[in-house]
Amino acid sequence: MSTKIDIYTKRRRGRIVNGMFTAACFLATISCVLVLLVLIWNIILQGKSWLSWDFIESLPSRFPEKAGIKTALWGSIWLISLTALFSVPLGVGAAVYLEEYAPRSRWRKMIQLNIANLAGVPSIVYGILGLGLFVRALAFERSVLSGALTLTLVVLPIIILASQEALRAVPDSIRRSAYALGATRWQTVWYQVLPASLPGIMTGVILSLSRALGEAAPLLVVGAMAYVPFVPEKLSDEFTALPIQIFNWTSRPQEEFHHLAAAGILVLLVVLVSMNAVAVFVRHKYGKKIRW
Amino acid sequence: MWNSLRPVYEGLVHFSLFICASISVLVTVGIVIILLYESVKFFYDVPVLEFLTGTQWTPLLKPQHFGILPLLCGTMLVAGGSALVAVPIGLGTAIYLSEYASPRFRDIVKPLLEILAGIPSVVYGFMAIVFVSPIIRQIFPSAGVFNAASACVVVGIMILPMIISLSEDILQSVPISLRAAASALGANKFEVTVRVVLPAAMSGIIASFLLAISRAIGETMAVTLAAGATPKLTLNPLESVQTMTAYIVQVSLGDTPAGTIEYRTIFAVGLALFVTTMTMNVIAQYILSRVGERYE
Repeated sequence: MSTKIDIYTKRRRGRIVNGMFTAACFLATISCVLVLLVLIWNIILQGKSWLSWDFIESLPSRFPEKAGIKTALWGSIWLISLTALFSVPLGVGAAVYLEEYAPRSRWRKMIQLNIANLAGVPSIVYGILGLGLFVRALAFERSVLSGALTLTLVVLPIIILASQEALRAVPDSIRRSAYALGATRWQTVWYQVLPASLPGIMTGVILSLSRALGEAAPLLVVGAMAYVPFVPEKLSDEFTALPIQIFNWTSRPQEEFHHLAAAGILVLLVVLVSMNAVAVFVRHKYGKKIRW
Repeated sequence: MWNSLRPVYEGLVHFSLFICASISVLVTVGIVIILLYESVKFFYDVPVLEFLTGTQWTPLLKPQHFGILPLLCGTMLVAGGSALVAVPIGLGTAIYLSEYASPRFRDIVKPLLEILAGIPSVVYGFMAIVFVSPIIRQIFPSAGVFNAASACVVVGIMILPMIISLSEDILQSVPISLRAAASALGANKFEVTVRVVLPAAMSGIIASFLLAISRAIGETMAVTLAAGATPKLTLNPLESVQTMTAYIVQVSLGDTPAGTIEYRTIFAVGLALFVTTMTMNVIAQYILSRVGERYE
């Protein structure tokens, strides 16, 4: 008799514990989403009245009413274009080598492990490498070129890993049929494998470039300036970037500069969201075209 | 003509692709060489023992002291605190998404969390100063404008998406047969999840925590803005501290000429940072590489 009651209470207790656990997990999930919404809502509230065409067109200034992000925006455009120019051929080339050419050897395994670990190196360490290598050893000074080369190192592992995944998704039958028709290895890669994996590679590239756009730490170390009164015109010019400008405004005690920072963040987030939208679009549109 | 040149062309392509792949190795070698090169010069002036055990860090002030412990302490305080924020929430979310949520709910929440992961770290720094720090100061009036606690909160939010997505993958990879077997024995959902699925996924989940904490250690902009610039040996999260990364930024913002001992400190601190995060990443990668083998 007593054992029967025991089983009942145990079951009820089990049900209560189960319910509480489910509720706790659900609460955790909802709080993550709420944090995101509250964060974005607050930034919009802080920044929206400071956002104007003047803000985008004006040079930086000591007076918050006159300050703008023109140089930072152009600096970011320079950095991101150069970074894409350097990192995309290098990254995709490395991925093609590892997936299509390299024999499955120890050496390949070592490179693979190395890339996975590089993806986890803090970005400020790349800044220190950039400072030692590009700014000092190669004497590029604190230029937009040094900045872009440093960002290239930051995003390279991400581009390689994403491109490899895209290449791996192309079925082997495609390669074999190309070889059967007498194509060489490079012809197979260039005319068959690369076009087929292009949507995946593009998505990876866009996402990693959007990461580079938000990076501030390595740029600070290689010497991005907080105050640059002109837009860069050549590779050796000094530069600033959107995240640097936001950092600079945030670190000032005056309230007005915080509003400027919020407005700058809104511009940065709009650019990032549109880049991500393009990535999603590419994956959606061209990903479906190919059916094997 | 073209046919006879074909092998040469193919060889050239092969070689240039090989160079691309080798660059990743060269980057690692470059990091190690540059960090070691300047650090060795630094340790010529400052004994390694003093660097590792000294309790004062004042390289920019006279008299100069080069003990890295205060920076290490600040870094660990922020990393530990952010783990305290992120680990329970992250694990709870991962469990909910993997075990309980409907596919539709997951399809809505996962992209939202990806947005959280894509927000630049300087934005989290802004949030720490403008929103989090005032709230903390209202609850604990003794807290300063710059305090470790606000850095812990925002860095915790920052590493959340990483913990969630990695842990969820690991939980999903636990075979359904294990869950079915436990259910067949009369276990309820809670028992299946906590007594069967979680233990089976534990090593992978710990690896995801390691990766996230390593990310928190290397995090720079948020901690520079939120935690302040006071190298201090303290475990009180309401005080201002300085992390290794924040120190590197502080020196970079100043105008320290190359070749001076102040300039070299950032390479020595960078080396310490690199070794710490690399060790954690390698351990995590090792654990993760073994996770998949268990059920095959």
